[in-house]
Amino acid sequence: MDMVCIVCPNGCRLTVENNNGEISVAGAKCKRGEAFAKTELTCPTRSITSSVRTTVSDYPVVSVRTDGEIPKDKIFELIAILSKFTLDKKVPIGTILIKNVCGTEVNVITTTEMY
Amino acid sequence: MQHYDIVIIGGGPAGLAAAIKASGQAKVLLIEREQRLGGILKQCIHDGFGVVRFGEKLSGPEYADRFVKELAKTNVEVALFSFVTNVRRADMFELTYVCENGVKNVTCDKIILATGCRERTKNGIFIQGDRCSGVYTAGAAQNLVNILGVMPGRRTVILGSGDIGLIMARRLTLEGAKVLGVYEAKPTPSGLTRNIHQCLHDFDIPLHLSKTVTRVFGRDRLEKVEISDVDDKMRPIAGTEQIVECDTLILAVGLIPENEIANDLSVKLDYKTKGAFVDQNCQTLTDNVYACGNALHVNDLVDYVSESGEIAGVNACKHNGERKLTNISVSGKIMYVVPQMLDVNSDLDKVVMYFRASDDLGNQRLTITSNGETVFTKRYLKLLPPEMERIVVDFSKASNLNNITVTLEDA
Repeated sequence: MDMVCIVCPNGCRLTVENNNGEISVAGAKCKRGEAFAKTELTCPTRSITSSVRTTVSDYPVVSVRTDGEIPKDKIFELIAILSKFTLDKKVPIGTILIKNVCGTEVNVITTTEMY
Repeated sequence: MQHYDIVIIGGGPAGLAAAIKASGQAKVLLIEREQRLGGILKQCIHDGFGVVRFGEKLSGPEYADRFVKELAKTNVEVALFSFVTNVRRADMFELTYVCENGVKNVTCDKIILATGCRERTKNGIFIQGDRCSGVYTAGAAQNLVNILGVMPGRRTVILGSGDIGLIMARRLTLEGAKVLGVYEAKPTPSGLTRNIHQCLHDFDIPLHLSKTVTRVFGRDRLEKVEISDVDDKMRPIAGTEQIVECDTLILAVGLIPENEIANDLSVKLDYKTKGAFVDQNCQTLTDNVYACGNALHVNDLVDYVSESGEIAGVNACKHNGERKLTNISVSGKIMYVVPQMLDVNSDLDKVVMYFRASDDLGNQRLTITSNGETVFTKRYLKLLPPEMERIVVDFSKASNLNNITVTLEDA
């Protein structure tokens, strides 16, 4: 099957073949493309960026992201958790707001420095 | 009146990179319109920034913050919440800007334009109809959601399949809005292929090609839009109209380099890039005025915006002699090349060039010649107009530099 690698902006067009569990990948300019194709076939994952509300002045919301990838089917579960979260003080960029989100080993971190 | 060696206008990725490179070697003032540095990156909270430069997938604010922190270590003066209202050229440049303390005048030897670009609006693409609320540019919607924490609407139609449109489709879906579809007048999507996949396919958002919005309806708030098919010249076809009920229309219909100050300085603009004509040092045809980043041409990767800012910053510090410019012309299936000129009297060994193909092309060869002599050649298996290509060319070994031509043809 044909696939587009979403790891980097190159967007390599991949041709993926599954011969009885033996997955072969062609068309990737780097190794990450091969790894992407394999997870995409078995357990697709995504890193998620969003925002959470704050009570800090000048920052109605602050941007966040997962510090790794979570299974695709947990995206909306994560979004529901974020929509209930309120940050009540200034924190440095990269601060972990939620640890091990949705039962994964991935954390939610802030991505804006609140000057 | 305070004097600076260099004044940089715009504190986004290009201006930040230029300021960092110029610091230490020149007295620099960086003027930024908003209250915080970072430009549009502040609201681009999605990831994928910095893959080329840092080898990491950063979000926009994280990418910007690396430069903001680097800048803080330098002696560059920063004027925030400041808007340049006038630039005059006398023996040197005189700038007027408005800030919280009133009106200020400064002088400088060189100016770097890092003013980014603006979004094309509803009036820019001739959509007819009512003057209702609910019609936003993608950047305005992005600012509402990601900075102000406000939703622009609930049932959304997006016009334009550029990266900003695709990213907003995903963002609004995650925030609970229904994105009814992304409509694109061209027969092919404008954004990066990976964004079509991760922003639309992942969330089952339909993409409709060769269709555009021709009319908006709504008394106070947008109630519906009219969609029409378009022909191969992108003209709406009568009789193909269909109505889509929605409360929000988001326009992601292109960016135009911001060149109001460039115009004031009579900087010559390239109608193809809509930015200034520049040499390999990002210097425009107006001596001592430099242009970089999205003000120069619309980039798809911020990494290259920073790179051109650095080129401008480094070169604005040099005291070069008289320039000897030679034209770089294009031929074949190529939309544009930046720089459009080569200064034969300055460094020629590592000239960074950017180009875009004019069509979706397979198996192409790019050749750069000077007086018929081949200076550089590279083969491409696939080229797409939305994906800008970067090359580094060594012109120093060419015997006599003139009649430089960049050609893209079937390999």
